Amino acid sequence: MEIFGVPSALLGSQLLVGLINGSFYAILSLGLAIIFGLLNIINFSHGAQYMMGAFVAWIALNKLGINYWVALLFAPLVIGALGVVIERTMLRKLYKLDHLYGLLLTFGLALIFEGIFRDQYGISGQSYPVPELLQGGVNLGFMFLPIYRGWVVVAALTVCFATWFIIEKTKLGAYLRAGTENPQMVQALGINVPLLITFTYGFGVALAAFAGVLAAPVYQVSPLMGSNLIIVVFAVVVIGGMGSIMGSILTGIGLGLIEGLTRVFYPEASAVVVFVIMVIVLLVRPAGLFGKA
Amino acid sequence: MNNKDSMFARAMPILFGALFLIGLVAPFAVYPTFLMKVLCFGLFACAFNLLLGFAGLLSFGHAAFLGSAGYVCGMLVRDLGLTPELGILGGTLAAAALGWVFGVLAIRRTGIYFAMITLALSQMVYFIVLQWKATGGEDGLQGVPRGHLFGVIDLSNNIAMYYLVFAVFCIGFFIIYRAINSPFGQILKAIRENEPRAVSLGYDVAKFKLLAFVLSAALAGTAGATKTLVFQLASLTDVHWHMSGEVVLMTLLGGLGTVLGPLVGAATIVSLQTELADSVGSWVTVIMGVIFVICVLLFRRGIVGELQALIQRAGIR
Repeated sequence: MEIFGVPSALLGSQLLVGLINGSFYAILSLGLAIIFGLLNIINFSHGAQYMMGAFVAWIALNKLGINYWVALLFAPLVIGALGVVIERTMLRKLYKLDHLYGLLLTFGLALIFEGIFRDQYGISGQSYPVPELLQGGVNLGFMFLPIYRGWVVVAALTVCFATWFIIEKTKLGAYLRAGTENPQMVQALGINVPLLITFTYGFGVALAAFAGVLAAPVYQVSPLMGSNLIIVVFAVVVIGGMGSIMGSILTGIGLGLIEGLTRVFYPEASAVVVFVIMVIVLLVRPAGLFGKA
Repeated sequence: MNNKDSMFARAMPILFGALFLIGLVAPFAVYPTFLMKVLCFGLFACAFNLLLGFAGLLSFGHAAFLGSAGYVCGMLVRDLGLTPELGILGGTLAAAALGWVFGVLAIRRTGIYFAMITLALSQMVYFIVLQWKATGGEDGLQGVPRGHLFGVIDLSNNIAMYYLVFAVFCIGFFIIYRAINSPFGQILKAIRENEPRAVSLGYDVAKFKLLAFVLSAALAGTAGATKTLVFQLASLTDVHWHMSGEVVLMTLLGGLGTVLGPLVGAATIVSLQTELADSVGSWVTVIMGVIFVICVLLFRRGIVGELQALIQRAGIR
């Protein structure tokens, strides 16, 4: 079976890779957007925290014998806790300053994390086995679907929509949105805004670590896996705008799919296609697809 | 305030004169290649500081200008056989053109988005350089000859090369110094301090930002092209985002928005890297990260900024 002269199996598998990448873009840009909303900081270490999530899972499996399913919960908790410490000891001191200092601080942290792991593990990747339950695949007729890859998409999307639900539909989410609009007023109403901020940063970072654990069996676990990804995610954030949670999710997945298609039809451009789209969006709609200006 | 300003104004020519003399004799006391590296990165950081320190625009993509100018210069000199001064000129013009493209796109957004856009665009440049055959991919452009300046002076001599780099630095530094002390520089500062007010005063803010961006990119390109001649190499590290971060660090450490800060910062970072490269290996990245964090948390005025504050406090007493 062929579609546009391309075998459907190739098209299908590249679209699947695109969907997986897109799910990672979605989780990471979601985390960035939540953190930016309340802290007014772009978390440059987001990529490093994603990488550390994968490494915590890898270390947990190889040194402590902790399996994938536990790691899926354990790694986000560890990295989220680290995020809480970072927010309490460092980021907190920068809120009164220009936003740019937050970017620079987290950039410095990203260098530290990346450097430490590079010193310990080198730049070659470590492989993480696919958990037993999710090994193998199914033949869908037009393509072969490895079960783990299907699981990544389902799990990532579930987490994305759960986050959307928490923020848009629950009381906690209402506090969060109110805090984004007017922190002084929310504080005056008796809600502990500093605690909310700490929690938000921890949660955003934990999302990144969760994505890292999901990614571990798909990609090699390497110290550099986060830094290249995070720059693409920045472009995703510029394209989508950080105003809307659903916007972040849709933009992330859409761009992942477009990247996958590019890999089929014009592979040379697949590394830059997201940036090209960013340029077009900036020219046509500078505020971003879902931005409020 | 006026008193202190005039005190600085009177001290400046003396300070510059002294530094100029030091620059003239330095290659006889210190390893010239090291000095050339410091001057190239110093010019790079000064150009970057023009944008961040005076116009308040954080570009996280300046490596693209340094690197692409280096490649253009390398290709002009090595593959087309042009003389080094034409190579530097070509690299500068290429960086200016690229800066115009970046600038037009990035100034459509402000603040944090500006930084992310410049970073993303420079990553695009990185991938293009990586994949394009003419740039040598992962090997970079190797074996770029230094050639003969104006077809006459042989630059393979390190001392001759040093004086060319020194001259390029001084010209670049003078252009930046003039720019920040001109009405143009005053308008940039006005935009940095209060953009809506600058708009309401009738200034075409976008035009001034773009001009500052192009000027900064062009001079970053001058630094990159010169660096290619010094090391006879244009490599991927010059286009990588780490380099964009490094120039931010140099500027921040030396003193954001000070005239000499970026040069001091560049000298400090280059010395550190040279010293540390042998002893700690891959920990260099970690140490750079730690300096970054310390600068942001405790040392935001930078070395020169702190010194100026110290002198001012002494002046008040």
